Amino acid sequence: MVLAIGPGTGMIVAFLLIILALVYYLVMTILELQKITTGLDATIKNVTEIVEKTAPVGEVVKAINADLDAGVDMLEGLLVKKAGLEDAVGLVDGLYPGAAAAGLRSFPESTEIVAPRIGEVYTKGTLTLARLGREAPIAMANPAGAALRDTQYSSASAGRLYRDVRNTRPEKLPRSPVIGADAPVQYEQRDDIGQPRRRLPAKPATHES
Amino acid sequence: MTLWWIADALLVLVVLPVVIYLLYGVLTAARSITPSVDQITRVSAAASKDLDAVPLLLTTKEQVSQTVAGVANYGGSLDVIIDDA
Repeated sequence: MVLAIGPGTGMIVAFLLIILALVYYLVMTILELQKITTGLDATIKNVTEIVEKTAPVGEVVKAINADLDAGVDMLEGLLVKKAGLEDAVGLVDGLYPGAAAAGLRSFPESTEIVAPRIGEVYTKGTLTLARLGREAPIAMANPAGAALRDTQYSSASAGRLYRDVRNTRPEKLPRSPVIGADAPVQYEQRDDIGQPRRRLPAKPATHES
Repeated sequence: MTLWWIADALLVLVVLPVVIYLLYGVLTAARSITPSVDQITRVSAAASKDLDAVPLLLTTKEQVSQTVAGVANYGGSLDVIIDDA
């Protein structure tokens, strides 16, 4: 049998080569796509787990925030009720320096208050007792002695917390003058009061040498 | 006869390289996707594992509620003990 190699045979060989290339690359591509599909299946499984695990997070966090908000509102209200807004801001600023700028959440006007320097007078522990100890029984029974603030005359102790000099050195300030007809020092009325202003003579011009 | 040979030459020298070039491009693109998918799978698995502690939030919620309730009781007592400003 004689095999004749003609142009038809060449055509067949060329098509066979093309088909072989197609098969090889398409099979390789299919294998890669299968790997991708497997990986995406695993990813979808993990993402589904993430979605299931995070589903209740929003409600739980909202509930926690609601509880904490209620606690903060209650504590702020109690602090302001017992200490007054100004002392409350000073107390908060003493414990957390700079917090007075943010103010109390339930009291927007607290941001405009200049915080008294409570933190410079008392330490953190005594600050709490200071609020407790004004007239509370716990202060009366303190084994260390007197309460942080005088339970009988607490107004002066509270006044010392403020930066006004009158609260710290009241005895060294001059007394206020007594005026009126019964004043111990009487001054004669000056004649020039109520008159036109007197014109002073002009000063001679001086030249620097 | 000559045209047949020219057609054969065109198939082998032009069409076959073009087909191989295009298929190689598709295969290369598919292979470049695989590492990215593997990386995404690892990251998602790690993220899922990180969220294993999420159920503890329920415990945190209960404890926060109990703490706030205790603080409220304490605040009520303080409200009675301490005079108002």
